Amino acid sequence: MSFKRIDLLICCGSGCISAGALKIKERFHEVLAEHNISNEVNMIETGCMGPCDYGPVMVIYPEGIFYKKVTVEDVEEIVTEHFIKGRPVARLMLQEEEKVIAAKKDVPFYQKQIKVALENCGYIDPESMDEYIATGGYEALGMVLTGMSPQDVINVIKESGLRGRGGGGFPTHIKWQMVHDNKSGEKYVICNGDEGDPGAFMDRSLLEGDPHRVLEGMMIAAYAMGATNGFFYIRAEYPLAIARIKLAISQAKELGLMGENIFDSGFSFDAEVRTGAGAFVCGEEMALIHSIEGQRGNPTPKPPYPAVQGLWGKPTVVNNVETFGNIPTIIRKGAKWFSEMGTEKSKGTKVFALTGDIRNTGLVEVPMGITLRELIFDVGGGMIGDGKFKAVQLGGPSGGCLTVDHLDVGVDYESLKERGAMMGSGGVIVMNDEKCMVNVAKFFMDFCVEESCGKCSPCRIGLKQMLEILERITSGRGREGDIEELQRLGESISKLSLCGLGQTAPNPVLSTIRYFREEYETHIRDKSCQNKVCLDLMHFNIDKDRCIGCSLCARKCPVTCITGSREDKYIIHQLECIKCGNCFDVCPVKAIDKIPGIHPDTAAHLQAMEKVTQKYDD
Amino acid sequence: MKTLADLKKIREKAQEDMKLRGGNVRIKIVVGMGTSGIAMGAREVMKTFLEEIAARNLTDVMVTQTGEKGLSSMEPVVDLIEEGKPKVTYGNMNPDKVKKVVIEHIVNGRVVSDYVVATGN
Repeated sequence: MSFKRIDLLICCGSGCISAGALKIKERFHEVLAEHNISNEVNMIETGCMGPCDYGPVMVIYPEGIFYKKVTVEDVEEIVTEHFIKGRPVARLMLQEEEKVIAAKKDVPFYQKQIKVALENCGYIDPESMDEYIATGGYEALGMVLTGMSPQDVINVIKESGLRGRGGGGFPTHIKWQMVHDNKSGEKYVICNGDEGDPGAFMDRSLLEGDPHRVLEGMMIAAYAMGATNGFFYIRAEYPLAIARIKLAISQAKELGLMGENIFDSGFSFDAEVRTGAGAFVCGEEMALIHSIEGQRGNPTPKPPYPAVQGLWGKPTVVNNVETFGNIPTIIRKGAKWFSEMGTEKSKGTKVFALTGDIRNTGLVEVPMGITLRELIFDVGGGMIGDGKFKAVQLGGPSGGCLTVDHLDVGVDYESLKERGAMMGSGGVIVMNDEKCMVNVAKFFMDFCVEESCGKCSPCRIGLKQMLEILERITSGRGREGDIEELQRLGESISKLSLCGLGQTAPNPVLSTIRYFREEYETHIRDKSCQNKVCLDLMHFNIDKDRCIGCSLCARKCPVTCITGSREDKYIIHQLECIKCGNCFDVCPVKAIDKIPGIHPDTAAHLQAMEKVTQKYDD
Repeated sequence: MKTLADLKKIREKAQEDMKLRGGNVRIKIVVGMGTSGIAMGAREVMKTFLEEIAARNLTDVMVTQTGEKGLSSMEPVVDLIEEGKPKVTYGNMNPDKVKKVVIEHIVNGRVVSDYVVATGN
């Protein structure tokens, strides 16, 4: 063995892998071998480093140099210049306003973040148990098993103020206490990794980037409540997360950190992985439990709560991946350390997946109570291009949209709920002023209709009715009273549905009506989509003064609805137009405009059609 | 594994392997790898450092590199930086001199004054 002088950490989170991280890794192997320095470099695949928008990213130690958007072609230069000659490649570093940022610690994206659950994500090799142990891993488990009673552990979690990170924000210690106090033999602990919100990848990244941390958190929970068996419920769409957690389990067993009589304490524990087939409703704890039992993933009424009657009728605790991820650090650093972060009722930090029209999309962990402005503009780097901030959707299909007026709201469970959004599991979708909020609401409603399990009528039938009204509005057939009907339906569905899916599914619609009612009104009354998103409520038009008569649009039109000549210029025949936007994209002089509202020709046609149908109806 | 001491042992060993990522090192060896340094054999010098350190199982040392140091006539140039002590710069290095520096300076803490071309910052 030679003495390693360089640690090369390549981010192999899902974002960077799809951007080509694995090919880059292979190329590094080749180039390092060519230059005969393979034995001087320690190449490590880490979990998600966070700034997915810059992917593939890598960090090179000892200098801590951060490279972004690396390609296979760049590898040769990194090896010859940086590794051999010691001259870091400035071209691949992050550049901000003519300033080159070399070191990872100086990258602005990381500066307002505090990493607790993600502490090791992107820093250690997730497949190496030794690296996890080097960062203090399994020390908390050791402390708990050798020096604390189960009640002590629950007390620490109670003092820390930790609340469930899956979305609901239920105090973690209460669930644990309930199961702890139940003296009936067999008990189970379940890790909920069924993350299904569009645009969310927090649990996935944590499971992929630091699986041992989640496992350790689960074992501490099991000890606190007296469970000896655990299940990881992870959806099949996350094959890497499943493989890594399985590897972590087998490594822990091999080392004796799992199995019989751990640390000579008399505590035994075993865990296994169950894969979910990707139904959104299986993130609901009762549906999840039924799915593990081998039954159809349907929710059942609560109570009885899982803490009383859960998996196979035994007391069960279901905690989210991120909740478990916080536990080892709370035990090691103490409840006081944890509760000093965050707000009065929401302690600690929260992981968010930033997506949408924002510069630094990616995975971040920030203290609770951070304002939306800081989260979006400081950590997220602000909007892409010239786009102006319009709205942010928090909590996925269960959450709601907030507006410019809410930018100074602190992010915590209560303040978001008050304003019609929710923490959810942490998906944050930022939207610019080109988005149509009715269309956004329709997208989420479409998702919920698709994912409704169909067991209770409010959710199965009610959501479908809401979707049909939204489709009517966005296709120009909206009627007076539709908004009120949506609100009435939404409120009843929230009250009457059996589980969290139906109870929260109307939120995107209700919150967009609350904050963007005028958009709904223009859709219904003026038959116009001001943002030119709803295709039935906008049209394309060629400006004769700007058109140079080149005929490119006519040639690219798939339905040949554009005619004209060099002299007469070109026009679009509105009735045939399918609004594909090809002409808009190809016009060399930008003579084609998107115009809100239905074209008079189309409107006249629709009116005529309506008369005909009415005649038939009569 | 049955005790906390076992866990500590694994942790200490693993921490050694990860020290490039910000752990504490006693001595930092910086090899000048500018064009002139490489032309004069800086790679051989660095390689010898790496081999010697591995052979002696020294775990509190870090080897890194830098660009042109400006002392072209004395290349290959190597800096040894120790916490709380003035920086020592060795010049005209070769693999044999490296072996001596590793034994004398790094292991026994005695600066090899024959090879020193500058001290301090």
